[in-house]
Amino acid sequence: MSLLAEMNQKALDLGLPISVHFDITYRCNERCVHCYLDHDDHGEMATAEIVDVLEQLADAGVFFLSLSGGEVLMRRDFFEIVERARQLLFNVKVKTNGVMIREKEAARLRQLGVEQIQISVYSHRPEVHDAITKLPGSLKRTVQAIRFLKSQGLKVTIANVLMAGNFSDNTGVMALAKDLGVLYTLDPTITPKMDGDTSIIALRIPGSDLKQVFHNQELVGNVEEFCAPPPAPGEDVMDGVPCSAGHTACYISPYGDVFPCVQFPLPSGNVRRQKFLDIWRHSPELNEVRSIRARDLPTCSTCAHVGTCTRCPGLAYMEGNMRGPSTADCEKSFQRTGIPSANMLKRTRAASAGPLIQIQSLPNSVQNHNVALNVALEENFLTV
Amino acid sequence: MAEKYISRSSAIAARMLGGEMMVMSAVDSTFFTLNEVASAIWQAADGRTPLSEIVASKICREFDVDRERAQRGADRFVDELSQHGILLVSEQPIMDFSSSPGNQ
Repeated sequence: MSLLAEMNQKALDLGLPISVHFDITYRCNERCVHCYLDHDDHGEMATAEIVDVLEQLADAGVFFLSLSGGEVLMRRDFFEIVERARQLLFNVKVKTNGVMIREKEAARLRQLGVEQIQISVYSHRPEVHDAITKLPGSLKRTVQAIRFLKSQGLKVTIANVLMAGNFSDNTGVMALAKDLGVLYTLDPTITPKMDGDTSIIALRIPGSDLKQVFHNQELVGNVEEFCAPPPAPGEDVMDGVPCSAGHTACYISPYGDVFPCVQFPLPSGNVRRQKFLDIWRHSPELNEVRSIRARDLPTCSTCAHVGTCTRCPGLAYMEGNMRGPSTADCEKSFQRTGIPSANMLKRTRAASAGPLIQIQSLPNSVQNHNVALNVALEENFLTV
Repeated sequence: MAEKYISRSSAIAARMLGGEMMVMSAVDSTFFTLNEVASAIWQAADGRTPLSEIVASKICREFDVDRERAQRGADRFVDELSQHGILLVSEQPIMDFSSSPGNQ
């Protein structure tokens, strides 16, 4: 176990939040087609409120702080916030599109001791990248920003979100990252909008493309190992927690709302009304998230992939049940190994068994009406 | 032997976790955890107090360890962290530390 993993385990044992993702604004200068946010300002926290939250986070033991948005540089007080965060000794990672970063901003980030900058790049071709961001010239500005940051010696990572419109460009983005001397990460996850709108899910890459990604040695390393069938889960797996959300990590919105994760929109408190530690320790929602173990997941606990799946409880929550499967992750497990998930098998059985047809033939029966309702609810739960 | 003065670099992140100090360099991302004794030296690294005085007043007294052994351990600790730029070492008091995040 690495030293960092040991510290994560220690934070988990102690119930401490070691990592916080803090969106300081939802405003943005780009309008990415796949973005899950509403970019209007509905009352962002002021500088003093954010500084107060940072001080509370430091007192609570938070070490890793991701400042994100929206576009963080849309805030005029961005550097003031970073400066205070660094005075409080956070390990600061900044997520940005880089469009507003020139020499001066890059130098300031270096001076403040920001550990890492993550920049979104969707394609190496301006016509594709700019069509996704809807900001003409954005790729050029973003690549310039990466060069400025690199010239300051900062650690930069290109985050390449994959969707149907840019899938074939991932090798080009990887080559661009290599040329720029920066790290490259790829994410095939498109998240529903925070208001529950799922229309952007249509942008997700199809399963066949996902399979191609998981079998690309350049991306995953040892393909045979990465795509191996899952081992039988032991007791430790069944007693394990699904991910760090709510356990050692959480998310704070620009309005002070606290959630288990940026991808888990379960409102758990608000730092404008409560102290962060009160929310962290006593929020019924966070405590419910924390109570869930793999063995408590009705479908996933029976799944061969339970020990190796990337199941996201937040995506499951957005599908209607935080204890349910996340179908996007079922698909990933399937495309990676070729073995269908328990959820997929259940859906196939439900589709082929035809109980709904029998029920529909007896519409006047009260008893069967109830059965139909239950089945419909389950169907909804499984397929939403 | 010349006196050593030590000060925390501003290019680090640090947080106490269950009695251990986590420290990460923002320069090369090296990550350390400091045990209770090392954490005490870290906390006392104000650039003004000589290392020998930190050893005498903090380590020997608080951890009931003999002076020679404590000094050897402290020297090794300071050497290692200074190699990663996490601790600054000087034979003179380090006066320009007012903007260091380490003072928080």
